[in-house]
Amino acid sequence: MTETMESKSRRMASLRKKRYRAERRFRRLGFAAVSVGLIFLTVLFGVVLISGFGAFKQTFIQLDIAVLQGSDNYQGMVKQALRDIFPEVKSRRHKRQLYALVSSGATYQLNARIEAEPDLSGKKISAWFPASDDVDMVIKGRIARDGPAELRRVTDQQLRWIERLENEGRIRTQFNWAFFTSGDSREPELAGIAVATLGTLLSLLVCLVLSFPLGVLTAVYLEEFAPRGRWTEFIEVNINNLAAVPSIVFGLLGLAVFLNVFNLPRSAPLVGGMVLALMTLPTIIIAGRVALNGVPPSVREAALAIGASPLQAVFHHVLPLAMPGVLTGTIIGTARALGESAPLLMIGMVAFVVDLPSTILSPATALPVQVFLWADSPERAFEERTAAAILVLLLLTILMNLAAVLLRKKYEIRW
Amino acid sequence: MPVSAMEIPPQMPTNILVLDAGHGAPKIATENLTVFYGDKPALHDINLDIEPNRVTALIGPSGCGKSTFIRCLNRMNDVVQGCRIEGKVTLDGDNIYAIGQDAVHLRTRVGMVFQKPNPFPKSIYDNVAYGPTIHGMYENSDQRDAIVLRSLDRAGLLDEVKDRLRAPGTSLSGGQQQRLCIARAIAVEPEVILMDEPCSALDPIATARIEELITELKEHYTIVIVTHSMQQAARLSNKTAYFHLGRLVEKGDTETVFSDPQDERTRDYVTGRIG
Repeated sequence: MTETMESKSRRMASLRKKRYRAERRFRRLGFAAVSVGLIFLTVLFGVVLISGFGAFKQTFIQLDIAVLQGSDNYQGMVKQALRDIFPEVKSRRHKRQLYALVSSGATYQLNARIEAEPDLSGKKISAWFPASDDVDMVIKGRIARDGPAELRRVTDQQLRWIERLENEGRIRTQFNWAFFTSGDSREPELAGIAVATLGTLLSLLVCLVLSFPLGVLTAVYLEEFAPRGRWTEFIEVNINNLAAVPSIVFGLLGLAVFLNVFNLPRSAPLVGGMVLALMTLPTIIIAGRVALNGVPPSVREAALAIGASPLQAVFHHVLPLAMPGVLTGTIIGTARALGESAPLLMIGMVAFVVDLPSTILSPATALPVQVFLWADSPERAFEERTAAAILVLLLLTILMNLAAVLLRKKYEIRW
Repeated sequence: MPVSAMEIPPQMPTNILVLDAGHGAPKIATENLTVFYGDKPALHDINLDIEPNRVTALIGPSGCGKSTFIRCLNRMNDVVQGCRIEGKVTLDGDNIYAIGQDAVHLRTRVGMVFQKPNPFPKSIYDNVAYGPTIHGMYENSDQRDAIVLRSLDRAGLLDEVKDRLRAPGTSLSGGQQQRLCIARAIAVEPEVILMDEPCSALDPIATARIEELITELKEHYTIVIVTHSMQQAARLSNKTAYFHLGRLVEKGDTETVFSDPQDERTRDYVTGRIG
């Protein structure tokens, strides 16, 4: 008898030890998985940050411009200013290389400044103009000065000029406001994300305005009011399917319906938002239904029992309690829409847009599409701008998620 | 001398069994009430009269259908999927299941208190004010204040919460929450209050408090209470109905049902042999 008691307790002890071991193993595996994830995240952010940070600074060259009275040959004035600094440059070839040091945008900036201040005419002004992207790359060390000449886009002659300009204090780097205030450009030093950011924000606004009320109301109807039956089940299955449909398909749908049937303008944030709303809707509906389902039935009963109509019970009591979950779903859906480029390509938001969109009907592009466009460009300087645009995109995502957390917190405290 | 169920002569013209013939028309009466959940019947042919300004206790073992029955009286079963009701339930003579009857309006006349206290996750004040607000029972905030204070007072909660009306209702203790739910129910001035095991989640002290309250409330309201506690039924109620496996087995004056049950099943139950 004691024998069997002993063996029984030994068996139980060994089983207990096994259970503890399994638990420890699971904890260690979980910890390891999280660590690996964090390392990848750090590397990702690090790489993007390192390669994109340079784009927030831009090299400028100081030129002393003699503003000719009554002339609108601003290009000539800029060129003259360059020739004044380097009077020894005579040959056409060298002159062309010299002019290439300053961005072609300098002409427009001078034009704009003189138009704004007409009394400058006839005077000599000293001003900073953006350097060309190649000079920018040299100053930032992205093009090695001592590398073989055929591997860099800057000639030895140009390098000597840059050095002289540096020594004269005519070169400086400062914060690149243009990156945030201007639209796309063929010249990297002039290209910015303003149009893309505004386009993204407008599209998201349209997307939210359409998909949030529609999604929440759909969820409420399906969960609280729709008669259960084969039809409801059919609709449910289809909504789940829609959530898994590749986003480019929604883009095609937008192209076929919004553009070709309704004749809405191409490249417009309105259409972009509508397409993104189609994509976001299933996510919001599913999250909304789960959240509504999670509200204890006692709340519904309490409201109904004092004579609230079913609609009042849902909108006064059930929905507010489900709101944290609904908001989480909405933010997840919108964050996905924020990073989506494929459906926007289909409806023409991939355009080269220089001017800021003034309404949701004017042409615009979106940040992910801008990233896609720049990543495709051959110029070296677009590389860091691509990374910088990704940084801004990530920042927007983080801000949105932060907003979601705060909103959720607020509702949780209130209820 | 009240007429017990067994003594009704068969030639009585109606199949409604009158519990106490001396008190005039019943507040609520059910006629051949049968309830199905899906295909399964949960209640068979219930005929029960509920008298005004009396406490009627529904007792019986778990799953006997007493909760189902009480939820038929204010049509709370309407929201239950697959629930089907046959027969008649009349409130002051009107069939509440007749076509065109408004369940929402019915529930303002027949309030309900549930097993688990379920205050809204709002302030104490808002909990009570919600019903009067959606029914437009006041014209200005002074009247609203008066309704809230009166309801809390009637529910015996005012003294305990008058300094913190803006505190969340969920911050109260279980017993206080249940009294808040009663205050919320009486704020819409119902005629009948249904209570589905209102004390089963409470400790004995809170239970005693609620029982005291029920005794006070029956002056103004008709009360139907489902309870698992025989002592509670005996202490509180004027009338008792015993349910067993979806059938109404016995009904009558509480004293009679407890002291001299006619049916064997009732006797087993009230003497504690089963259930």
